[in-house]
Amino acid sequence: MADKDKNVSRRNFLREGVWGALLGGVGIGGGVVAVKSAKGDTVWQIDPDKCTQCGNCATYCVLEESAVKCVHAHELCGYCDLCTGYLEPEPPGLDTGAENELCPTGAIKRKFVEDPYYEYHIEEPLCIGCGKCVKGCGAFGNGSLYLQVRHDRCLNCNECAIAVACPSEAFKRVPASDPYILKGEH
Amino acid sequence: MKISSLGKIFCGVVLLCAVGAVFGAERFPPPEFDSGYQQPTMVNPGARSNVLEYVDVAVLVAVMSLTCFLVYKKRSRKGIFWLMLGSILYFGFWREGCICSIGAIGNVVLSVFDTNYAIPLAGLLFFVLPLVFTLFFGRAFCAAACPLGAIQDIVLLKPVALPVWLAGTLRLFAYAYLAIAVLMAATGSAFVICRYDPFIAIFRLGGNVNMVVVGGCMLLIAVFVGRPYCRFLCPYGVILRQLSRVSRKRVTITPDECIKCRLCEDACPFGAINRPTAEWAEGDYRVNKKRLGVNILLLPVLVVVFGFAGYLLSGGASRAHVTVRLADRIYAEESGEVDDTTDASVAFRGTGMTIAELYGNAAKVQKQFVFGSILAGALVGLAAGVKLIRSSIQWKRSEYEADRAGCFSCGRCFKYCPIENVRLKKLSEQC
Ligand code: SF4
Ligand code: SF4
Ligand code: SF4
Ligand code: SF4
Repeated sequence: MADKDKNVSRRNFLREGVWGALLGGVGIGGGVVAVKSAKGDTVWQIDPDKCTQCGNCATYCVLEESAVKCVHAHELCGYCDLCTGYLEPEPPGLDTGAENELCPTGAIKRKFVEDPYYEYHIEEPLCIGCGKCVKGCGAFGNGSLYLQVRHDRCLNCNECAIAVACPSEAFKRVPASDPYILKGEH
Repeated sequence: MKISSLGKIFCGVVLLCAVGAVFGAERFPPPEFDSGYQQPTMVNPGARSNVLEYVDVAVLVAVMSLTCFLVYKKRSRKGIFWLMLGSILYFGFWREGCICSIGAIGNVVLSVFDTNYAIPLAGLLFFVLPLVFTLFFGRAFCAAACPLGAIQDIVLLKPVALPVWLAGTLRLFAYAYLAIAVLMAATGSAFVICRYDPFIAIFRLGGNVNMVVVGGCMLLIAVFVGRPYCRFLCPYGVILRQLSRVSRKRVTITPDECIKCRLCEDACPFGAINRPTAEWAEGDYRVNKKRLGVNILLLPVLVVVFGFAGYLLSGGASRAHVTVRLADRIYAEESGEVDDTTDASVAFRGTGMTIAELYGNAAKVQKQFVFGSILAGALVGLAAGVKLIRSSIQWKRSEYEADRAGCFSCGRCFKYCPIENVRLKKLSEQC
């Protein structure tokens, strides 16, 4: 009988020990990770220097209408009359008719500033993030049009579906306090 | 006419491009305006605040606390059931299955291995809090807080009992899944658990077709087999099982002393009720002793065999990493195996990185995979070996008990106990 009691108490002692060790382990492990992560949360962003405008941004986002949109850095723009981000490479005409425009949704608005300069402005709600204009602007223009994840839309998925599909590893996690990779700044 | 002049302009543009390549991207200097034109500035909305995530943490703690109250104080299956529904609605449909403790495994592992990655504090709490609760109260998280567990639990209408050996063997998949998920997260390849979450498509009311089908099938199976994902796949469940073995409190089927009436014997649809053991006959004892000896010897063999299997699979597994995939593709293109290109290979050639560098990086990743896969395989082997050893030990039990590791604290078995019914009657008489 005494033997049995001893056995039981030994087993209880073991159990207590394991329990304490596990609780300590969870606490210490969690603490270490917390300290390591104290530098703040991250969000997804596109590195415009790496992006090749493959078109995946428009289709792979978990949102029906992609969180990626085109942005325009006006300070880099040449205000060209013949904007290669705005017009088809060989347009039937040079006017602003839809058949001449590169953007499939007509999201780029053109406004005359002064001879011979035109301002190009993106109607963000219309943009689907297909990157066609970005490609045109990058190929023959200044590259002032480029794609960015818009953080008013992005859900910050744990694993961004576009990042998985991006062929050029342009998607990366950036600090939430500095959530854009703007051209001319980096 | 217009077209040809456009052609000329394009020739000029191409020439300018060449110049541009020398002077940087600015091919057309930004103009100086005479008309006092004001340049618009770019407006960039800031990242969303994650206040909502802290609300989630609060809800999680509330649900788990309430579960403990319902299981240990009220002993109310009905209460648990409603709580489950609440979790499905809140964590499932409203929060669309994201933030989730199971998926947080990936974030925690990545934050340990990747110095540039920081796990959001709420994510860390989602990972840690259920572990702490489990150490105190058993699997209170699985009972009602986990939307994946809950959705399987409420569709369980026609439970079929699985043979113990089959359930035990199938459970090894969960260990393998955990090992793979950790390997993939540690190498920065993928968040496997999130990508293959079977119910996410249901919670989001749409998504990847394959996952919709997988989710549907899983739910269909769950009608007959209790919580199949929980028991045979869930990697977080593997961790919770082990912690639950030493929990402070445990679920008891009866509110008082077990009278061994056998009424609860088949009550648990998850096979988590252990029967009292009879003394083994002398002959059985000897046979089992021998079996135990063999199984102990088998343990290192299993570890080595599974470790070796991991080694064999590491090559294929490493293709989950984007760098290895790209290197494979470039190699195929260079060696003339394929003669087209992909978006990825074109993009790579545009980066200016040399092929040797790429191969070097890929080799580094592959080395990590070899090491990681062997380790992962060995751990699965260890789990299998320990399972075998446990199966040949005679556990002394004098009562019907909920299995510490396997019980989800669902509360189904309570009402099978006649003593519980006496208690309930007393309660209602008092009222
Ligand atoms: S998927 Fe990548 S390469 Fe393609 S458009 Fe988006 S950021 Fe650019
Ligand atoms: S994180 Fe999600 S919502 Fe944001 S861009 Fe990627 S897929 Fe779209
Ligand atoms: S075993 Fe996994 S899926 Fe099931 S309830 Fe527990 S954590 Fe959720
Ligand atoms: S409370 Fe535990 S032992 Fe009882 S039926 Fe539920 S899972 Fe099975």
